[in-house]
Amino acid sequence: MLEDLFQKVKARMGSEEPQQGFSKMSVPSDLLFKCPRCQQVTFMDTFRENQMVCPNCQYHGRMTVAERLKITVDNGTFHEYDRDMRSKNPIGFDGYERKLEALSKSTGLTEAVVTGEAEIMGEKCVIGIMDSHFMMASMGSVVGEKITRAFERATAQRLPIILFTASGGARMQEGMVSLLQMAKTSGAAARHSDSGLLYITVLTDPTTGGVTASFASLGDIIIAEPKALIGFAGRRVIEDTIRQRLPDTFQSAEFLEEHGFADMICDRSHMRETLSTLLRMHREDSETEETV
Amino acid sequence: MSNLTAWERISLVHQKDRPTVRDYIPMIFDSFIEMHGDRSFGDDPAIVGGIAYFKGRPVTVIGQVKGRNLEENKASNFAMPHPEGYRKALRLMKQAEKFHRPVICFIDTPGAFCGIGAEERGQGEAIARNLFELMRLQTNVISIVLGEGGSGGALALGVCDELAMLENAVYSIISPRGFASILWKDASREQEAANRSRITAEDLIELGVAEKMIPEAPGGAHLGPEETAQNISAYLEDALQRFRDVPVETLLEGRYHKFRKIGEFSEGPESGL
Ligand SMILES: [Zn+2]
Repeated sequence: MLEDLFQKVKARMGSEEPQQGFSKMSVPSDLLFKCPRCQQVTFMDTFRENQMVCPNCQYHGRMTVAERLKITVDNGTFHEYDRDMRSKNPIGFDGYERKLEALSKSTGLTEAVVTGEAEIMGEKCVIGIMDSHFMMASMGSVVGEKITRAFERATAQRLPIILFTASGGARMQEGMVSLLQMAKTSGAAARHSDSGLLYITVLTDPTTGGVTASFASLGDIIIAEPKALIGFAGRRVIEDTIRQRLPDTFQSAEFLEEHGFADMICDRSHMRETLSTLLRMHREDSETEETV
Repeated sequence: MSNLTAWERISLVHQKDRPTVRDYIPMIFDSFIEMHGDRSFGDDPAIVGGIAYFKGRPVTVIGQVKGRNLEENKASNFAMPHPEGYRKALRLMKQAEKFHRPVICFIDTPGAFCGIGAEERGQGEAIARNLFELMRLQTNVISIVLGEGGSGGALALGVCDELAMLENAVYSIISPRGFASILWKDASREQEAANRSRITAEDLIELGVAEKMIPEAPGGAHLGPEETAQNISAYLEDALQRFRDVPVETLLEGRYHKFRKIGEFSEGPESGL
């Protein structure tokens, strides 16, 4: 089964054009991957074939939206929402538009999150994927609006929603407008929840700051990827405050699970199956699915 | 109206004798009874909460506690709450909802505390939960920024039906120093950062983040705590009256859209839905 999945992914990765203009690969195009957790060096090809998981320590590396979609949703089922939404410059920060444009060119993305509808092993859902290659996936107007609309559409269509989170926090360049996206997205999550619908968050490396302190922490079910960095405050900020070095395991997915803030840690190779099973278990029309 | 720059206001609100929530409570409310603890981990002295009368009507009062000297500040952790502080606040908000009384939040914090214990006990989750629950809290919520509103740690008491700011208060996503060092890689440009990042009451009313500005005594609240308290009182009387007979559904709809509308973006021709 596992082998089979790998074969499929490999086959797809090899044969398909990148979806709708998303960047194929934004990791350094070196031949080698050096793991930020265990420092072990692996051939980039091996790392990629292993779904960007370090073969030595199982650190789950950062993926682009296109890569994540390929290993998560059923081929050809993804329909993107709000593809052309672009940020304005709410506090008139010098050079912000230029920076967004440059990033847009280098990543093939228009913003740090892509949302839409898809099927995962036949189970329909709304899905959002954040991409840390776009300004560390910080949350500004567009990220906030796209996530909010994704919740609202899921609520209107009575669909479950899955968000793959990654973020350096708030988009400072948008000032307070960025901060309020935390409240806006949490409000939309509350309405979706009050409608009795399922929300799953998958916390990926790195999920921090205002995203951790809003929708990322609000899933009915919270899944984390192995060795992902997940936390509220920046590590250096804490180290400066307490004047000591923090252990490597601090703010890891494992730390989160140990302290009771994640339901499970799930390997990338089992993610698709885990998600589809959870979606199936929450299907509104079939409570006895397992016996069918 | 204040003619001070954002930078000048920041130094004003950092003055040692600027009145704190503990000064204002007895000047604005009667019979305040303080409640402690989150019923799970402990009691956070960085957040004060309780029940009081406002003009004869019971209300729930919650606020971040600044001190006016080092000793007081150490006791209240410089108004930087831990997760249990936010959870205490939420417990008192839910209590207010149960007994149909309004919630009045006083915001005055540099931000949520950044430390090992805070992370272990889920600082991110605690703030997120407050945002989520406040959005659906079935009673009137009014928030007032007294001095400084620092980022998510302030917002956790700031999801409300109406946000007012004292004339010299500031509300920002990060300190000017942080803003300058992260975005310009130059912490020494903090003054410029303060003045350009749109954090004053006027700026935030224009951005749709705040609704009202409450005047301070001439020269700042520290020169007239009683007068400033009376102004807060007058504002609260008006606000509570305006929201008093609003049906809960209308209230929640209004609160949702107060935040829903924030964001500046464009949409190309292809964006279908
Ligand atoms: Zn490794």
